[in-house]
Amino acid sequence: MNASVVTPIGAPVRRKEDHRFITGKGRYTDDLSRPGQAHAYFLRSPYAHARIRAIDTSAAIDMPGVVAVLTGKDLAQDGLGGLICGWMIHSKDGSPMNAGAHPALALDTVRYVGDHVAVIIAETLNAAKDAAAAVVVDYEILPAVADLAQAQAEGGPVIHDVAPRNTVFEWELGDKAGTEAAFARAAHVTAIDIVNNRLAPNPMEPRAAIGDYDAGDDAFTLWTTSQNPHVARLVLSAFVGLAPENKLRVIAPDVGGGFGSKIFIYAEETVCAWASKRVGRPVKWTCERGEAFLCDAHGRDHITRGELALDGEGRILGFRVKTTANMGAYLSTFSSCVPTYLYATLLSGQYAIPAIYCEVDAVYTNTAPVDAYRGAGRPEATFLVERIIDKAARELGMDPAEMRRRNFVTAFPHQTPVIMCYDAGDYGASLDKALALADYTGFPARKAEAERRGRLRGIGLSAYIEACGIAPSAAVGSLGAGVGLWESAEVRVNPTGNVEVLTGSHSHGQGHETTFAQLVSARLGIPIDQVSVVHGDTDKVQFGMGTYGSRSGAVGMSAIVKALDKVEAKAKKIAAHVLEASEGDIEFKDGRFTVAGTDRGLAFAEVALNAYVAHKFPTSEIEPGLKEGAFYDPSNFTFPAGCHVCELEVDPETGVTQIVNWVAVDDFGTVINPMIVEGQVHGGIAQGVGQALMERVAYDNDGQLVTGSYMDYQMPRAEDLPSFTLGLTETRCPSNPLGMKGCGEAGAIAAPPAVINALTDALGTQDISMPATPAKLWAVAQARVTRRAAE
Amino acid sequence: MSASPMSDFLPVTLTVNGTAVSRMVAPRTTLADFVRTDLQLTGTHTGCEMGACGACLVLMNGEPVHSCLVFAIQADGAAIETVEGLTERGAIEDLQRAFHERNALQCGFCTPGMLVTGHAILEKGGLPDREHIRDALSGNYCRCTGYEAIVDAIERALREREGCA
Ligand code: FES
Ligand code: FES
Repeated sequence: MNASVVTPIGAPVRRKEDHRFITGKGRYTDDLSRPGQAHAYFLRSPYAHARIRAIDTSAAIDMPGVVAVLTGKDLAQDGLGGLICGWMIHSKDGSPMNAGAHPALALDTVRYVGDHVAVIIAETLNAAKDAAAAVVVDYEILPAVADLAQAQAEGGPVIHDVAPRNTVFEWELGDKAGTEAAFARAAHVTAIDIVNNRLAPNPMEPRAAIGDYDAGDDAFTLWTTSQNPHVARLVLSAFVGLAPENKLRVIAPDVGGGFGSKIFIYAEETVCAWASKRVGRPVKWTCERGEAFLCDAHGRDHITRGELALDGEGRILGFRVKTTANMGAYLSTFSSCVPTYLYATLLSGQYAIPAIYCEVDAVYTNTAPVDAYRGAGRPEATFLVERIIDKAARELGMDPAEMRRRNFVTAFPHQTPVIMCYDAGDYGASLDKALALADYTGFPARKAEAERRGRLRGIGLSAYIEACGIAPSAAVGSLGAGVGLWESAEVRVNPTGNVEVLTGSHSHGQGHETTFAQLVSARLGIPIDQVSVVHGDTDKVQFGMGTYGSRSGAVGMSAIVKALDKVEAKAKKIAAHVLEASEGDIEFKDGRFTVAGTDRGLAFAEVALNAYVAHKFPTSEIEPGLKEGAFYDPSNFTFPAGCHVCELEVDPETGVTQIVNWVAVDDFGTVINPMIVEGQVHGGIAQGVGQALMERVAYDNDGQLVTGSYMDYQMPRAEDLPSFTLGLTETRCPSNPLGMKGCGEAGAIAAPPAVINALTDALGTQDISMPATPAKLWAVAQARVTRRAAE
Repeated sequence: MSASPMSDFLPVTLTVNGTAVSRMVAPRTTLADFVRTDLQLTGTHTGCEMGACGACLVLMNGEPVHSCLVFAIQADGAAIETVEGLTERGAIEDLQRAFHERNALQCGFCTPGMLVTGHAILEKGGLPDREHIRDALSGNYCRCTGYEAIVDAIERALREREGCA
């Protein structure tokens, strides 16, 4: 399906990966089978908090088709360690975070509904499920706390002994005294209370794993739905102690979406890998949607109070924030950095704010672990900033667009008071373009027209910024990260001139097979169908940090550029020998090496062949072959930013919201493939609209999950969304060779405040929380009618 | 070895993608599991096992059904067609081309179900407007694309079939 053409950067090249997906030939983990495989089913805790007095597996083991029933004791007996959180956060007082143990199978306590009690391995999944019903667990039910607002109460249930008042850490960032001083001289203070609703990421492909132990080689292979197979291998080797890295191969084949939830190292894949050795057969597990709701890491879940100090002209003087973040019952792999360094560092938004102070308490509850979900911390920051500035504008009687403009950062680089140094941007340009595309000035007429139809129409802005390109290794190391966040690439040129690119990034919908190949095609001047992208297999790609945080372009592709630089340099040396010219005279352009000022030259493929034949250059000076690798460590974060405008109507009779217009103007720096970027923006907005209008994971007071299926948890469907109007502005990112900033999370970050700001505009009240469901909006609309009647 | 004695299994005979198939199946085996596991037709996906996501849509006697909600034994005597079959007989070539051209897929997991729904819309004929297409897609979840490109692709295939592209 791919044309045999050279693909320039900036062209909407159609995707190489499409063919297999549109013909039903994708290879997702659950599509794979291993000879002799058995099936795993996990027995999960029905209680939010309980002590396990005893587990009797004897009846289950005798059931037909059962191969093994294993518990936490068996794991411990084999000396396997627990799951880890890879980012150390220190509290204000300098003490390290209070991380409770997280065994892959519970040892003596279960801490949320869905926590892993035992694994039943059988010939068929049905047999495993039947046997699970025969496992007898003697639970002593303990008091549970699922409500974040209650979790730190003195004398309440304690979830981990190491964490008094269930407090993981009490962290701070910024200048407390400076912020207090800003408030002391403020002409106006705007305050806001926000609940950032808990979300279930819900990639459409549920998680799955196949563990396969080869006794002959004493080596494991794990197929798993992972966004970062090398990190999975590292954690399973270095911390869980499953096997050394050279004896553990992790393969993430086609992965059906991740959105963060497939970054983490979970109990199930750990157990499948381990159990395959224990039972001497491949062990396969596929998550059901109900299980995914129970134990895929959730996202968001903050309670925040924010206060903004302003002068008499609407200029921001200071910003004070207190957030309580729900971590769930255990610290998931990257959970601790989400409400801290991925959150508070973005509290300056697009604005020049002289003083910021933020406190974050991270808290255990008897709920599923909470970790990164599309945007991870940055949507929470953006929601707060864009809501409070909108509220401030309305309190001061200013136009929300003007309020923003008055406070924009306009000179770069700009050092914020919360670590980040913004390197490039033009926030006025994206605001102007968005307002023009949205016909902002024509809005009052449209509102009046809607009013005549009995509809409440509102318009809302969101001028977001995010930090992507995660991340400079030394910088994140100084903030507590347990790993460096560089990326690797290898460019293998074959003797006939076609190319394999090995990358440590992972694609699970982002289209890397196309964009990465597009980059190589453009650079080497060879048709895109002669470039293959290899990823997701630790035996093929030496190492990599994977895909999340919109990092694969800015970091992953930068590594490819670095490797391509080396390929070109070596190829020039070889070309010089073959062409009997001096190296300095060799030019490379449009896929040809030429001797400057002559018509003598060689095609890229001819140089490749010469590199392997190795007849025409001194191999004492130049090694045969043409293959180069690179590790790229970014020197700064990247700062995608833009402005989204949501225009909507609420039907006061039903409370139903209809989004009638959506404008997104984004600055992603250099765009390699605008078609793929457009898709990322669309999908991000859809998830952000979901958060704003529909989605919420709810637990009852006993910690039972109330929203455990698609009957209770609503996500946007085709009829819920409008068509989107997209625009781009471009300021190059100065810190990476391509000038890219990243685009994967922008929509999910920008959308929620745009929707809620539009709703507050439509309904004339600031008191609208997420998700703004029809029931809530109907009540607000009715109260408004009553209020108006009384006036 | 086997989990259950063979007497717990029931015979099922049906046509899948034009080929006659006879198998013994456990009564609780869904049609989705049957095509995926017994027949290794893994293009049909399961995303919710409860009729809410549309990833498992197949044609049963020409009509889209959620294969997660149908037991294999209920399909006895039926003609089943999956994305693989539709592809092989060229029935959705234009739709597939439109998906590719318009970038109507990202992770691809929802795509087979989207194609089955798209096929049903195309079979109905006419030129439904975008609202109708969105409405007809409302049984299919996609978490990646925001749907706009999918609506565009189906609209484009419709227009081509109606000769007004
Ligand atoms: S798996 Fe059948 S509708 Fe979701
Ligand atoms: S393309 Fe990923 S769910 Fe639709």
